[in-house]
Amino acid sequence: MNIRVESLVKKYGNQRAVDGISFEVKSGEIVGFLGPNGAGKTTTMKIITCYMAASEGDVKVGNYSVREDAAAIKQCIGYLPEHNPLYLEMPVIEYLQFAASIQGVAKSNINARVREMVKVCGLDKEKHKRIDELSKGFRQRVGLAQAMIHDPEVLILDEPTTGLDPNQIVEIRELIRRVGEQKTVILSTHILPEVEATCDRIVIINDGKIVADGVPSELRKQASGAEISRVRIEEGMPNEVFQQLSSISTVELVDLSGTDNLYEVKSKQGLSSRRAIFEMCVKNQWILTELTPIERDLEDVFRNVTMG
Amino acid sequence: MNKILTIAKREFNTFFDSLIAYIMVVVFLGFSGFFTWLFGADVFLRGQASIAPFFDIAYWALFFFIPALTMRMLAEEQKSGTIELLLTNPVTDWQIIFGKFLACLALVGITLLFSLPYYFTAAWLGPVDHGAVWVGYLGILLMSSAYIGIGLFSSSITNNQIVAILLALMLNLLFALLFGFLAQATTGGWMANLFDYMSLRVHYDSMIRGVIDTKDIIYFLSITGFCLVLTEAMLSKRNVVD
Repeated sequence: MNIRVESLVKKYGNQRAVDGISFEVKSGEIVGFLGPNGAGKTTTMKIITCYMAASEGDVKVGNYSVREDAAAIKQCIGYLPEHNPLYLEMPVIEYLQFAASIQGVAKSNINARVREMVKVCGLDKEKHKRIDELSKGFRQRVGLAQAMIHDPEVLILDEPTTGLDPNQIVEIRELIRRVGEQKTVILSTHILPEVEATCDRIVIINDGKIVADGVPSELRKQASGAEISRVRIEEGMPNEVFQQLSSISTVELVDLSGTDNLYEVKSKQGLSSRRAIFEMCVKNQWILTELTPIERDLEDVFRNVTMG
Repeated sequence: MNKILTIAKREFNTFFDSLIAYIMVVVFLGFSGFFTWLFGADVFLRGQASIAPFFDIAYWALFFFIPALTMRMLAEEQKSGTIELLLTNPVTDWQIIFGKFLACLALVGITLLFSLPYYFTAAWLGPVDHGAVWVGYLGILLMSSAYIGIGLFSSSITNNQIVAILLALMLNLLFALLFGFLAQATTGGWMANLFDYMSLRVHYDSMIRGVIDTKDIIYFLSITGFCLVLTEAMLSKRNVVD
């Protein structure tokens, strides 16, 4: 099931929290929805899940529109809201049974679904506890189990890993990847490595507008542009090496990092100087012990497009 | 209907998990039993087989108990955010409201079931006006649904349970007491009639005397309905596009 967001606008009074967003999520894709706090991520998700009405624009899930077929959309979406609200006083199993029943899972099927979710989400050891006795990581699993209990085709996860410790983050991420193989997933976050690890595509929004949209590697390339390499050359005099490096025709800038014969070499836009560096070392009988491309990571992309 | 029952069942279980159900039953029965059998104008003082004191006490006991039941119903869901989960499931606002309404009414009903021995005891002691008792019980249920409606509405406008209970008590007071006072203070005219009609006490009293008057039933049901409509309006406020 694909999701099409069409020039969506949500106004709170005079403020435009979401300001004309359009994007599409294809069937089976995991899309990371990125942006600083207050960019409009949660609002967009609330509109997709039919919790809130949009001021303008429309969202289509499959062939259904949030304006007309809210009931049908709610049935095929599983939603994990921000902060993962749960009925804390309920035991895990009872809560999942409640969630299944209210989602309209057939009565004869409820126990089987609950058993499966307990297995998939790794809740077996904790299943008889009350939810308020669980650690945050397990609560998050209960939230995910709740979202998937009716086997929805679309999963909307609002910051599924905030507040978890690094091990739990990895576990939840794997879980999302695993279940995301057959489902369309939108997950919001402001943790960048998370998106790289889990998502097929990234949509970055800022101030209610989309500022970047693409696969992670493409975005990274866009941001970096020129090739930057870290080079370690031994045996030569630093000054001489520096001069020779600067004189290579494709090199734009050389930065001497001071210690350990390390240099940062920035090539001219679209060109590569790695071969030339190697040949230079051979010619001078210097020893090249390191030649590492420095990749701009998503943090830079994110900072570039959301600031200034 | 199924989903209404699912929601009602969950709420009902919450009453028992949080002890509020036990407190309600025990205190309600203790309180009303004390005044029916042991103290004040009790059965033995009157020398009459009647459980009229029970109905008098129920009037005020439910006045306090029902807001305590309803105060968390929507306020807590809004505070913790579970309302978002609930409303993004394929259920309507009305199903949620009816589910909660039903859970409260069921708890009141069960409490009243436990009070039936008072009636049987009185009937064993002497001739009881059976019709009046059953109509009285119907009156309690109708009055309770009006209180539950008021309570749910109060709970829907805030995410603070204290505000919810205070508002509910205030609105209850208006119907249970103040309209009666106003009717007495206004001498004659349509104003007095209006206040008289608005007073819950008048309709309740006529029911516990054993009179089934559609006017009374309509009165209770319309308060309930009106409050539930307002509750729905508060819930769907999130959808208002400005």
